[in-house]
Amino acid sequence: MAHVADLREATAELVRDGDSVALEGFTHLIPTAAAHEIIRQGRKDLTLIRMTPDLIYDQMIGMGCARKLVFSWGGNPGVGSLHRFRDAVENDWPAPLEIEEHSHAGMANRYVAGASNLPFAVLRGYVGTDLPKVTSTIAPIKCPFTGEELMAVPALNPDVSIIHAQQADGRGNVAIWGISGIQKEAVLSARRAIVTVEEVVDELVPHPFQVVLPAVAIDAISVEPKGAHPSYADGYYDRDNSFYEAWDPIGRDREEFGAWMEEHVLGTENFGEYLESVRAKGMVTK
Amino acid sequence: MTTDGNTGKAAGSYTTDEMMTVAASRELADGTVCFVGIGLPSEAANLARATHAPGCVLIYESGTVGAKPDVLPLSIGDGVLAEHADSVVSVPEIFNYWLQAGRVDVGFLGAAQVDRFGNINTTVVGDYDSPKVRLPGAGGAPEIATSAKEVIIMLRHRPRALVEELSFITSVGHGTGGNAREELGLPGKGPTALITDLGVLRPDPETKELTLVVLHPGATVEQAREATGWDLKVAVNPGSTEPPTEKELKLLRELKARTEAARKGTSA
Repeated sequence: MAHVADLREATAELVRDGDSVALEGFTHLIPTAAAHEIIRQGRKDLTLIRMTPDLIYDQMIGMGCARKLVFSWGGNPGVGSLHRFRDAVENDWPAPLEIEEHSHAGMANRYVAGASNLPFAVLRGYVGTDLPKVTSTIAPIKCPFTGEELMAVPALNPDVSIIHAQQADGRGNVAIWGISGIQKEAVLSARRAIVTVEEVVDELVPHPFQVVLPAVAIDAISVEPKGAHPSYADGYYDRDNSFYEAWDPIGRDREEFGAWMEEHVLGTENFGEYLESVRAKGMVTK
Repeated sequence: MTTDGNTGKAAGSYTTDEMMTVAASRELADGTVCFVGIGLPSEAANLARATHAPGCVLIYESGTVGAKPDVLPLSIGDGVLAEHADSVVSVPEIFNYWLQAGRVDVGFLGAAQVDRFGNINTTVVGDYDSPKVRLPGAGGAPEIATSAKEVIIMLRHRPRALVEELSFITSVGHGTGGNAREELGLPGKGPTALITDLGVLRPDPETKELTLVVLHPGATVEQAREATGWDLKVAVNPGSTEPPTEKELKLLRELKARTEAARKGTSA
């Protein structure tokens, strides 16, 4: 059952070295505050799972948190490459990064299987591509009823999933509205779940396309205003496109990246301080 | 100068990118259910919606169905896509209930590289285990290429983009050609057009090899051959694309100006 906890305590309690960790949020509601806290606490040997690694996994990979990445699209949306991800894959820096790559449809179905407590999912995909040659977690399977050849992908059951949502109520129920991506499945497939929220309210009120995750599916809730920056939180703040652009030259250079992370993430106590720190540099505009 | 019966006289000067976007937008018939990739395809699909195809139902992989963005999204899950959408569904739903279920008429894709059969690479250049260039990867494209009833690809015509051999097949076009798609059991028809900034390539009905069938105004067969990494097949009498009309150009430029203003607004 969800309890409200400081993000530092929730992370210390629920995220462990060597865990498989899924931080989800499809462009919207990306859990940046939680990613930074994992970096601050120096977690290692993580298997990072995420459909679109985005800036948060670029940072976690560059800071040496990851042993392996399970993903389906690794770019800086609207800008270009994730340079720390590329440096790890192309040059083993700061350490070799094992990759397990899928398509979005494959990843989505893997989470669905995990949330359903099934060993695998089937889909009509991957056939004729080179992905099954390089990814061992894609295998053909014959439909026992029609004989059709389909592809099977194993369930994803992260040790811990972390998402960011707009609101929780006092009982720990969580509301997400707008684009809700894969977050419901990420939480329901995980052994442990942390949700950061913009705020805690007395009662959740309906919003268009709202998804409510009941408190029983969640272990800890932490209040982290703007915790999805530079992505956005529908109803709270817009996507900070200029931050994504500003990340490109920082992520491109190993030293600049290290100095930036040292100053703004390791050198701050929490996400609120981090935001002040990057705002002082003119990097936060939303 | 050519004129367009519906929208008046052709526009004066325009760029090759504008011609490419306009040509691609004309491929979408009104009412089409279109699964849209970010970037050039999204630009063309939204131009189609603003011009001849207001009833197009645009689907983005973040789960928006019937998206009606007034500015171009920079990422696949921008808020503007959800704002006026007919519905917003989860990612498993968009891929399973919509795409895989056969509810998508046209998949509109960009690519890093294509080969002569319209197969797409967005994964690596060079060896997979020690790549020269690591590209972003598959995203939604493999299953769009599998299950959309047909696929339209947009790509600037360059020798490094239209290549003899792909390092990696991320999404299947016409495979090894001929009836390869049927043999693989792929439900959709595969690529029906590759729109570049020089012209339009369509698969040969038999071999499925992409053939230059239409040139944009000012582009030449020679130019297209030089910009293609394989020995390009050219139709006996390649047609010529109608230049952008004033209306198309005006609406495209307004769309891009609104997008730029919104983008600047976020960094003000």
